[in-house]
Amino acid sequence: MKNSASTNSKKRFSAQSIREFATRNAIILVLAALILVIGIVKTGFLAPENLINIMRISSVRLIIALGCAGALITGGTDLSAGRTVGLSAVIVASLVQRPDYAQRIFPNIATMPVILPILIAVAAGLLVGFINGMVIAYLKVPPFIATLGMMVMVWGAASLYVDRPPLGAQPIGGLRAEFTNIGTGSIGFGNFGIPTIILIALVVFAVYWVLLNKTQLGKNMYAIGGNINAAIVSGVNVKRNLVAVYTIAGALYGLAGVLLAARSGGATNNYGQSYELDAIAAAVIGGVSTSGGRGTVVGVLTGVLIFEVLNNGLVVIGVSTYWQQVIKGIIIIAAVAVDIRKYSAKR
Amino acid sequence: MSDNEYVLEMRNISKQFPGVKALDDVTLTVAPGTVHAIVGENGAGKSTLMKCVFGIYSTDKGEVLLDGRPVSFVSTKQALDAGIAMIQQELLPVPERSVADNFWLGRYPQKNYGIVKIVDEKKMYADCKAVLDDLKIDIDPAAKVGNLSASKIQLMEIAQAVSYHSKVIIMDEPTSSLTENEVEHLFTIIRKLRDQGIAIVYISHRMEEIFEISDEVTIMRDGRCVGTYPTKELTSEFVIRQMVGRTLTNLFPPRENTPSEVVLKVENLTSISEHSFKDVSFEVRRGEIFGIGGLVGAQRSELVEALFGLRGIKHGTVSIDGKKVVITNPIQAKHYKIALLTEERRATGIFPVLSVLDNTLMASISRYVRKSGLIDQQRATTDVQREVEMLKVKTPSLSTQLEYLSGGNQQKVIVARWLLTEPDILILDEPTRGIDVGAKYELYSIIADLAKSGRTIIMISSEMPELIGMSDRIMVMCEGRVTGILDGKEATQEAIMTLATRLM
Repeated sequence: MKNSASTNSKKRFSAQSIREFATRNAIILVLAALILVIGIVKTGFLAPENLINIMRISSVRLIIALGCAGALITGGTDLSAGRTVGLSAVIVASLVQRPDYAQRIFPNIATMPVILPILIAVAAGLLVGFINGMVIAYLKVPPFIATLGMMVMVWGAASLYVDRPPLGAQPIGGLRAEFTNIGTGSIGFGNFGIPTIILIALVVFAVYWVLLNKTQLGKNMYAIGGNINAAIVSGVNVKRNLVAVYTIAGALYGLAGVLLAARSGGATNNYGQSYELDAIAAAVIGGVSTSGGRGTVVGVLTGVLIFEVLNNGLVVIGVSTYWQQVIKGIIIIAAVAVDIRKYSAKR
Repeated sequence: MSDNEYVLEMRNISKQFPGVKALDDVTLTVAPGTVHAIVGENGAGKSTLMKCVFGIYSTDKGEVLLDGRPVSFVSTKQALDAGIAMIQQELLPVPERSVADNFWLGRYPQKNYGIVKIVDEKKMYADCKAVLDDLKIDIDPAAKVGNLSASKIQLMEIAQAVSYHSKVIIMDEPTSSLTENEVEHLFTIIRKLRDQGIAIVYISHRMEEIFEISDEVTIMRDGRCVGTYPTKELTSEFVIRQMVGRTLTNLFPPRENTPSEVVLKVENLTSISEHSFKDVSFEVRRGEIFGIGGLVGAQRSELVEALFGLRGIKHGTVSIDGKKVVITNPIQAKHYKIALLTEERRATGIFPVLSVLDNTLMASISRYVRKSGLIDQQRATTDVQREVEMLKVKTPSLSTQLEYLSGGNQQKVIVARWLLTEPDILILDEPTRGIDVGAKYELYSIIADLAKSGRTIIMISSEMPELIGMSDRIMVMCEGRVTGILDGKEATQEAIMTLATRLM
């Protein structure tokens, strides 16, 4: 049996097996093709500095996309992601300004260890997510609406936070080097340094992989998104699980806000605007189903990389900003149209 | 064990749904180590009663006692923890996940790593396999549930209910997707559980199953309990009489249809899917009732869905009135005056939250659109009213949401939907599945009348008496191929079963 099967598959190696491989790994092939094409058109794109730069930007985007992907897998969505990132960024930035900086949000605040502002900012994101989860699970507001409302509210909150007399709403700058190092520095391994921000993203990626694949919460998330009635009848505490999913997502946005502020060396109340749409698009490109029950962290990573390779590549090639938007939109739809073929079984 | 005579008691239970009194003062007692059957027409309240026990519904009045102690579950989790498991009529798997993932849903075994809890996949698979092996059910715990057949999913859910180590297992129509061999297998499992002292509550429409497996029978009618009897003292005539509250003289109406010229001709039809129907050829005449028999998995539904344009055809031809036609979607099928009543009423038939009116109009709405673009509400209502009355649909009004009607009445509404399209060829896929005896007879009369008026009827059925009683001819399929076409007058259950298993 085994022998005949293997010769059989060898015989079919030509057409069908390649087609199957291509549909199953369509997204990764799209990513490879993008890198190849852009690399050929502009060799500068493939320079190590540029690739590392893409990965730095992707780090923040990946963390946000993982949070959104969690909500999507349960059959929900999270539109508050971007603004929560912005809220976290202004909070952390306001607490790590240099004592000698002229325009401080809190002129009289004492210098504290960097970890404290980070925890406060992450906690703020976590709180936003927790409220999302409670509203969705217990008030039964559809996730789209609940998080849409939260998105607007959080932006208002972030703006109120930075709008302080006598300066009024303003960019927050002059951050301490200890803090910005998280976004721009590296951790050395011998002669070789890996940017801290990328390391952090990798750790989040690994933890989230374990969460989705190896924990009860993760399995319940797929079950809730795949068939919520089956989950309820099986005795899954759907409400508590949903609260957990949105709370974790909120914490991830909080962390992303911290890293964003650290990388850019400042923050404004407009930080994170429309990041949720990029995150959802990246997750969906990576094979996460908007109707729930389906998606992997590797897929999300691939989706994020496609998005950022495209962002960077189009700039490097010199495509105009407006055309970049048009092309990105086409890629989102085309990628999903290709990926969905994997699931549309022959009838 | 407790000293109570009964493990489960329901006392004076009443339950009201909008517009319907679903349960009216029902009292029922179940002893440990017995199989207690509940029979009744659809809408008699059997499933509702059990859902009240299982924590899906709350009761308005009355009490439930488990081992003599009053209980009132507000979630299925509480019921499961207290020792009551239920296999529901609608199968409820998570199709994207594996068998083991579904099996332990809500109770995953976990290992502690410091503060982190990780699901113990090894244990999940091993324990799931042990339960399945113990019950001699051949399913791979790693298989994706979406890839399993309906009967395998049903067996999986049965094994899952067993694995809760419950005192009471409620089975609501557990054999609806099972083949005859699998039913025997299930009965072996049930007897084993019964001998271990577990009480089984067995809800079924199938008379022969009840007489084979149950110790006691409770008959329900219109939300009331008619009576509980030891099975030994019952005859099926008596049970049916008590269920419907009247004597059924004939199971099938007389047929006065006369098949004439060939309307539909199918030649060598083969599916694009490898494991589906192959080389199917047959002819159906105007005014004929053409039955299609076979076991689950014979690809009968796939065949008629292909005729209706829902599934792809690799090769072969379909001719209507002598002309070759190519039908690749239901819009074209409707154009050729074909109608299809699908097998899965819940999945592909009803729009639960839409009204009876909208549900009936759904397939012919374009015919009621006026030049202005607006729908001619008055004409639509008149036509729907006519069909609904003709089919004797029991509904408070045309604006009632379909989900509040019983299964039999929902099915009649879907029949009305297709009759409104004025079809020449009406394909019925398991039209009486999950429908009570009285409504079945009404549906048979409707089918006979339609054939008499010159409509061509193609009817898939897994109930052999129904096939024999209703069909002019019966085509039998096995594993995607036609194994024979029998004359309805000469067909016997044995002959059909022989053909249905010929290729196995």
